[in-house]
Amino acid sequence: MDNQPRISAIAETLIQPSSGWVSLRLGELWDYRALLYFLVWRDIKVRYKQTVLGASWAILQPLLTMVVFTIFFGRVAQLGPEGIAYPIFSYAGLLPWTFFSLGLTQSSNSLVGSQNLIKKVYFPRLAIPIASALAPAVDFVLAFLILFPMMAYYGTRPTAMVVWLPFLALLAFGSALGAGLWLSALNVQFRDIRYVIPFFTQLLLFVTPVIYSTAEVAPKLEEMGIPVWIYALNPMVGVVEGFRWALLGLDAPIFSLVLTSSIATLVLLVTGLLYFRRMEKTFADVV
Amino acid sequence: MNDAILAEDLGKRYFIGKQERYRTLRETLVELAASPFRRVGNLLKGHATGAADLHESFWALQEISFAIPEGAVVGIIGRNGAGKSTLLKILSRITEPSAGLARIRGRVGSLLEVGTGFHPELTGRENIFLNGAILGMGRGEILKKFEEIVDFAELEKFIDTPVKHYSSGMYLRLAFAVAAHLEPEILLVDEVLAVGDAAFQKKCLGKMGEVAGQGRTVLLVSHNLGAISHLCPTTLMLERGRLEAYGPTDEVITQYMAKVSTQLAIPLGDRTDRRGAGPMRFQSIRLTDPDGTQSGSLRSGDSGVFEIGYRSTDGKPLIKVLAQIHVADHIGNLLFTLSTHFTDVGRFETLPPEGKIHCQMPSIPLAAGVYTVSLGCSVNGEFSDNVKEAFQFNLVEGNAFGSGQAPIGQRHGSFLVHHQWHQAHGRGD
Repeated sequence: MDNQPRISAIAETLIQPSSGWVSLRLGELWDYRALLYFLVWRDIKVRYKQTVLGASWAILQPLLTMVVFTIFFGRVAQLGPEGIAYPIFSYAGLLPWTFFSLGLTQSSNSLVGSQNLIKKVYFPRLAIPIASALAPAVDFVLAFLILFPMMAYYGTRPTAMVVWLPFLALLAFGSALGAGLWLSALNVQFRDIRYVIPFFTQLLLFVTPVIYSTAEVAPKLEEMGIPVWIYALNPMVGVVEGFRWALLGLDAPIFSLVLTSSIATLVLLVTGLLYFRRMEKTFADVV
Repeated sequence: MNDAILAEDLGKRYFIGKQERYRTLRETLVELAASPFRRVGNLLKGHATGAADLHESFWALQEISFAIPEGAVVGIIGRNGAGKSTLLKILSRITEPSAGLARIRGRVGSLLEVGTGFHPELTGRENIFLNGAILGMGRGEILKKFEEIVDFAELEKFIDTPVKHYSSGMYLRLAFAVAAHLEPEILLVDEVLAVGDAAFQKKCLGKMGEVAGQGRTVLLVSHNLGAISHLCPTTLMLERGRLEAYGPTDEVITQYMAKVSTQLAIPLGDRTDRRGAGPMRFQSIRLTDPDGTQSGSLRSGDSGVFEIGYRSTDGKPLIKVLAQIHVADHIGNLLFTLSTHFTDVGRFETLPPEGKIHCQMPSIPLAAGVYTVSLGCSVNGEFSDNVKEAFQFNLVEGNAFGSGQAPIGQRHGSFLVHHQWHQAHGRGD
């Protein structure tokens, strides 16, 4: 066995109090990629254990929401643009929305839910919210499987712009993680956050064009003195509109929306990372 | 030789939330209105606790300096609250020190708890991978050692069963097996040998000895002085957050025992190494026979009375008093607990501001030997006072079995158990 200490390979670690804003140490996160992988894998494996319907939940949730939306918002309230079936319209929006809201909720609660780990083992704490935001990707992919038969049924053809979907999904992940980083770190100190999250995601749904399209609300917002770019600061505006544009060929001032939302996501993510890393040292003592 | 761990002036300060007394309603309202903002302010400044006021702090560790050479196996001893676990947490980077620094050469594996991150819904196999990754092993490394881990845990048959169906013994075996196959250059272990059945403990001790023999650096926290002296040539002793001694294990253990004895010489009421700030304070304790004559030579199996003197700090009567006596053997293993809560007394409804309470045992169920006693109490549901190793008593050999023969704690185990032997009928198989 190779027990000879290899001097060159021995890493020296310096442990001392840190203060203020600290570096992100993303390289270290890479060293722990096996852990990240297993955390995601655990979340996925455990999610639907001991449920009757199992992974069908991943499809049922957006599907049933779509049915309810179609009846009340599509038929009764007559929302949604002309020339596209409302079920397809809302489902294409619900896909990234569900991915985002699940990721946000789970990463926000992740640190508090992993108290045991945090108090007993060292690893880059970032792995926890990242894994939690990543795990709903499986649900997301499963929910996609329903979309294509639906599109075939309603005679909607995907456009060539579907190549942008991975980028848009990444944007949804980034904004879920960015918000999740802020909220999970705050949640360690203030358990109020736990109660804020469901409320927050619910409100966010109404200011995101899932039920309606941006084109429908933009003129009225302008009338109220709110320019569309302010509306698009909600990162999910760009993502949801982008999804419909790429999948269904729905026209929207897509470039400016996605750009604004990307910038907002980037800001959220970077500040979230910085704040998380700054508070990280206190997690084990406070959580 | 190089130092694997070098600590210089390490310190760790914790902030304790202080309960503030609001004097007037107006102040209360102002305080209520202002505090969320102040908390948010503190939070943005990156203070340790946003939720607590930052007035009061205590040093869990202070001015700790030591060097541990590569390949050394070092024990860490000290009483509860001495800072042993905090030290390991700092060295394993779970928590940051508040002062000083430590240099660590090599990959650190820490084992502060057995089975951290085990998920009850996952199978044994899945948990091995998950737990291995949490402890810092790569996937390849786990795959390579998988068979060995399963062998060690003796769980071949159940490896694909969810661990929620495991018995606690099986669970511990699996958890320890993963941990035991961790091969970092530096291993930090906290009190994990205290779990599992005797046979498995022995196996773990063997594994630890093997690890130590491979030239790894090991730091081992334990209350089990026997294990420490068996495994560790040198030992480090902490006392109330400070490094009290660091040297050959025999010497340090002797010093530790002496320390415990000197603590005992201090009158209970003057002891400062206590926790809790409630109204009830223990003042004295003795063990006597039921007549109340002095305790010096109580025999194993005799009936005995713990007589506990207390005083109320605010001179008022004490209400709803729950008292507990913990009896441990000479190296600190808890043997049993006597609590008002276990008896029909439950809690004393009211006690005068100063007085004595008695706890009577019809027969002291302990073999001859030396035992230590810790005391705790709560008043009206609030934790009030706690003194570890408040008292030590010695039982001499008695004649509890009426045979003239009696067990001795050191040789036969601590307990005095009445038993009978008979010749029975039938064949030997």
